[in-house]
Order: sequence, then structure tokens, then C-alpha cells
Amino acid sequence: MPTLRDIKRRIKAVHSTSKITKAMKMVAASKFRKAQQRMFELRPYADRMGAVLSSLAGGAESEIHPLLAVRPRKNVDIIVLTSDRGLCGAFNSNILRAASKHISHLKKEEFEVNVSAIGRKAVDYFKRRNVPLKKSWTGISGRISYANAQEIAADIIEHYTNEATDEIILAYNEFKSVAAQKVVVTRLLPLASIEATAETLPVFNFIYEPSKEDIFNNLLPKNVEIQIFRALLESQASEEAARMSAMENATKAANDMINSLTLQFNKARQASITKELMDIVGGVEALKG
Amino acid sequence: MENKLRLEIVTPHGLIYSEEVDEVTAHGSEGEFCVLPGHAPYVTTLKIGMLIAKTAKESKYFFVNWGYAEIAADKVLILADSAEKSEEIDVERAKEAMKRAEERIRKCEECDFHRAEASLERAATRIQISQMRIPK
Repeated sequence: MPTLRDIKRRIKAVHSTSKITKAMKMVAASKFRKAQQRMFELRPYADRMGAVLSSLAGGAESEIHPLLAVRPRKNVDIIVLTSDRGLCGAFNSNILRAASKHISHLKKEEFEVNVSAIGRKAVDYFKRRNVPLKKSWTGISGRISYANAQEIAADIIEHYTNEATDEIILAYNEFKSVAAQKVVVTRLLPLASIEATAETLPVFNFIYEPSKEDIFNNLLPKNVEIQIFRALLESQASEEAARMSAMENATKAANDMINSLTLQFNKARQASITKELMDIVGGVEALKG
Repeated sequence: MENKLRLEIVTPHGLIYSEEVDEVTAHGSEGEFCVLPGHAPYVTTLKIGMLIAKTAKESKYFFVNWGYAEIAADKVLILADSAEKSEEIDVERAKEAMKRAEERIRKCEECDFHRAEASLERAATRIQISQMRIPK
């Protein structure tokens, strides 16, 4: 039986933990709102960019730009996007589990797989499992700028253009709602849309100005940047949403704990009062005797 | 049925404009061009410049900062790095930017001349467009 003072100390400790989790929830909520706004602003642009590209690529030969070239798959790059910080529920473990599954699946098919990681959690995870990382970026989440996406895109494009890799896959958390994130494993390069659109979309014979090459030279790298930027923002919003609900749960659990501890405390207090009373009564009886 | 153009202006900061219009004029990299309903499929890059959307009632002016235009099936899609309606242009900021850019160009020896030039052009165009707010 813990003493009264022990219980009191525990209540105090749990209470201060709940204060922290509550504060973290507030912080996550405000960060989430910001991230969500940026994401919603970008979404129409990214969608339209993808649509433009697929309607253009439908009528274009794959020789026109190195990023359109589809080679037989041999080297596959997978980029895993997580957060830098923890305390956000299953956010990171979900994505890492999905990514690992995908990696082992690819390895079974005897592709040469290279793993890159964005976010400290992914870097640590693969380091622990002795998976060599081709490239890693940390310190991005929290203050995402377009320059981050540009940097990553430049790296990817270079690898793809000099044929070091034949396919680039990105795994990230897509934002569904505050309560739900969806793990998405998507192909960045070669452009996923090309085969799919050839039949489904009407093919226009576009007039290009200044020239087809110039347009593609402009548009294709830009599209990669935008897709990455979008993934970064989606992941950011998902992370903060996940942290929000994780902290909400933690606060709730702490409150439950305080309640049950308080009950325990009161019981113990009553028991000790009863005991004291019995002592007194016993003493009085003894004196009377 | 009357032929209309569907004009959409999208930037990474959101959807700026999405309306039915009669005529769109914009600055392509090869010069100004004008789109009417029934235009041939056309893709071009856009320079810093003005975009005019005309309807029967009024003309709307936009500032467009680099981007692409895709015209297909009576739909004009503008993907711009940034774009603003003429009435939403922050003239004060543009003037400031213009001053700064001029300063940089004047003092410039080894600095990034192209960047300074581009921001000067942006600022000048913004100011010019913001003054076009005359209702037709």
C-alpha cells in the first residue's frame, strides 16, 4: 500500500505531464492550421500541373526529354519521408513499415534498391537496421520552403538523367483528415501518368511556343519540384494532425490517471483516519478499564 | 449556345480566378497573344506581364509572374509562379521593391544582375497594372 505522500507525489507528476501534453497539443494545432492552409493552397496548382503534363505527354515522344524516358527497371530509388520529431503517434512507424515492406518486395524481385530518407526519424530507422542511405535530408519539417523541394528535386533529376536509377519512388503520408493520414507510395519518375493517359485523355495537337523542347525543359523539372513540395506539405500537415491527436489522447489518459489516483488517495486517507480513530477509541477504553 | 472560354489562373498560393470569359490576352514568351473561343490547342511559357480577361460587362486585369498557359478545348489554364488581380496588388510594396531593385542595379558590380532586373520588371509591371483599374 503506497503511503499518502507517495500518491500525492504521483498525482502531481501526472498533472504536470498533462499540462505539457496539453500545451503540445495547442502548439501542434496552431502549426497544423498553418500547414494545412499552405497545403490547400498548393493542391489545385499541383493537380493542374499534373493534368497539363499528362495531356502534353500524351502527344509527346519519350525521346524529347530525359525525364520522359522509360527504361527497363533495374535500379530503383525509394525516398522515405518522415518527420524530424517524434511524439506524433503512429505517424512515422506507419510510413516506415510500409516503406520497409515495399523495399523487401522490390528486393525479392531482384531490383537494385537504393534508399534515401527525408526526416530524422527515417534516417535513424534505417541506420539502426544497417540499411545504407544513398542520401538523407534532415531539418526540413517544421519550416518547409520551396527551396527544400528544389534541392531534393535537383538531386533526383540528376540521378535519373545520368541513368544511375531507372525509377524513383516516394513514400509519404498524405493528409486525409485531422484524424486520418494515408500512407502513399507513389512513383515520381518516370512520370506515372504517361502510359495511363495515352488512352484515357483526348490527345490534342498542341502548338508549342517557344518550342516543344523548351516547354518540356521548363515544365518537367518544375513538375518534379512541385510534386515533392506537395509531398512535403502534405506530410507536414499530417504530422501536426497526428501529433495533435496523440497529445489529445495523452492528455485524456493523464486525466483518467489523475482521477483514479485521486480515488486511491481518498481511500488511503479515509483508511488512515479510521485507523487513528480506532487507536484513540482503543486508548480511551484502555484508560477506563 | 454562346461560346465562352473557361479561364483558370492557378498559383502555388491558391486558385486566383476561375470564371467564364470572352477573351483572354496575355504575355507569352514570344510576345503578346490573344485567345478567343475556338482557339487551337496551344502551350506557351508566360513572361512577367499583364493578363486581360474580357467579358461583355468588364475587363479584368491580372499581374502574372512567369508561368505556363495551356489552351485546349476552350479552356485557358494559367499556371503562374504568382499572380494577382489588379485591385489586389500591393502598390506600396511594389514601389519599395522597385526602389530596392533600382538601388541594386545602380550599385551592382558583381551582384546578381538578372535577379535585380527581374524584380525591377516585376515591380514596374505591378505598378502599371494596378493603375489599370479603370472600369470599362
